[in-house]
Amino acid sequence: MRPCGEMILHGRGARKSGLLMRLVAENLGGERNGEVLFSGLGFSVAAGEALLVTGLNGSGKSTLLRIIAGLLPPSEGSLQMEALGDEYGSIADAAHYIGHLNAMKPALTLRENLEFWRQFGGAGPGRGRRSIDDALDAVGLAGIDDLPFSYLSAGQKRRASIARLLVVHRPLWLLDEPTSSLDSQSEQRFGQLMRDHLGDGGLIVAATHLPLQLGKSREIRLGAEQHAS
Amino acid sequence: MMALFVRDVRLGLRAGGGALVAVLFFLAVIAIVPFAVGPDLKLLARIGGAMLWIGALLASLLGLDRLFQADRDDGSLDLLIMADRHLLPVTVLVKCLAHWFVSVLPLVLAAPLLGLFMNMEPKAIGATTLTLLVGTPAITFIGAVGAAVAVALPRGGLLVSIIILPLTIPVLIFGVSAAYGAMDASAAFLPPFLILAAITLFFAVLGPIASAAALRGSAD
Repeated sequence: MRPCGEMILHGRGARKSGLLMRLVAENLGGERNGEVLFSGLGFSVAAGEALLVTGLNGSGKSTLLRIIAGLLPPSEGSLQMEALGDEYGSIADAAHYIGHLNAMKPALTLRENLEFWRQFGGAGPGRGRRSIDDALDAVGLAGIDDLPFSYLSAGQKRRASIARLLVVHRPLWLLDEPTSSLDSQSEQRFGQLMRDHLGDGGLIVAATHLPLQLGKSREIRLGAEQHAS
Repeated sequence: MMALFVRDVRLGLRAGGGALVAVLFFLAVIAIVPFAVGPDLKLLARIGGAMLWIGALLASLLGLDRLFQADRDDGSLDLLIMADRHLLPVTVLVKCLAHWFVSVLPLVLAAPLLGLFMNMEPKAIGATTLTLLVGTPAITFIGAVGAAVAVALPRGGLLVSIIILPLTIPVLIFGVSAAYGAMDASAAFLPPFLILAAITLFFAVLGPIASAAALRGSAD
């Protein structure tokens, strides 16, 4: 499985530097309020690969993603990105994060929200960076971009969040339950977007209960030993 | 960064007038002073500068607690913290400037009108407005630290005010003494005014740095 994956990567996602981005975690531990959720976690995700984080509620999936995003310090271990390049200052800077909240302002229109994140994310060379219209099209929200964000339904809000992944290019996508409240059609569309991102040499770490339409991916299960039945 | 400024200004204007609330509060404070002090016009003129400063200080504390909390509530704060390409203190500075522009600048603009309520001389009104223009950014920068510390608390508004009020005392002292310096021939205007400007510049640096540190620490 591994050699095959690498062959694909060399074909499609080869970098100028010739090195592949790789997110490597060693002996990673996470805790919330002093309670250890997981420890001794090790994994690596290379460009073009997806890692699914599964586990029961409260097993630390979100905590792991927030640690990778640099929003929480790990309680032990280390986390680094190989071949990050000069373009990005840190892992957090090279990552898109979709959390439980959509990070959109209810009082602004959908387009204003996306335009803000596009500009805030930095101009940069346009690799994988789409225009607002293009991104809205890709998530099936074209035509309602002038509605205030608060008018949208939960699924539409989630799709707007996904459009945010497209308007600025970041190699690493950190997705926390990305498909919650999506209908099956949107889920398939999102699966295609994720596969495109992987094919382009991107990395995905997703915490989820529901199967994502990713094709091949690796999985780590948090809290399995404590809750094994 | 300009995008963040534009977004915050737009939100401040659109979300239903945080600015208007502060101006109305300012108006209310100044309007009741003559009733409390009595119809002594000379006394009113003498305390006018100080009253304008107190009113503006209290009014500018309104809404400060929402500075980061609004972003935290919808998840934007995480993304602002993650964007290492913009240094977090600079992001905070831009948010402070946008907040000052929307919520505090209207107070400065309303001050000359409210100065008339206090029977102040035109020269005194001008001087007080100028000190407010220079001094109020310092209150916002100090307030940002309090807002960042209390960002995780659901009702942090009162706490923010209590944390930052003692720190704003120097701003108040030098602002009011500069305003008096312009009215009173025996007092100087320039030295306290320059110190006020220095305080603002000092907190323009220290406030965003401290507040960025507090925001990083508060992420959970």
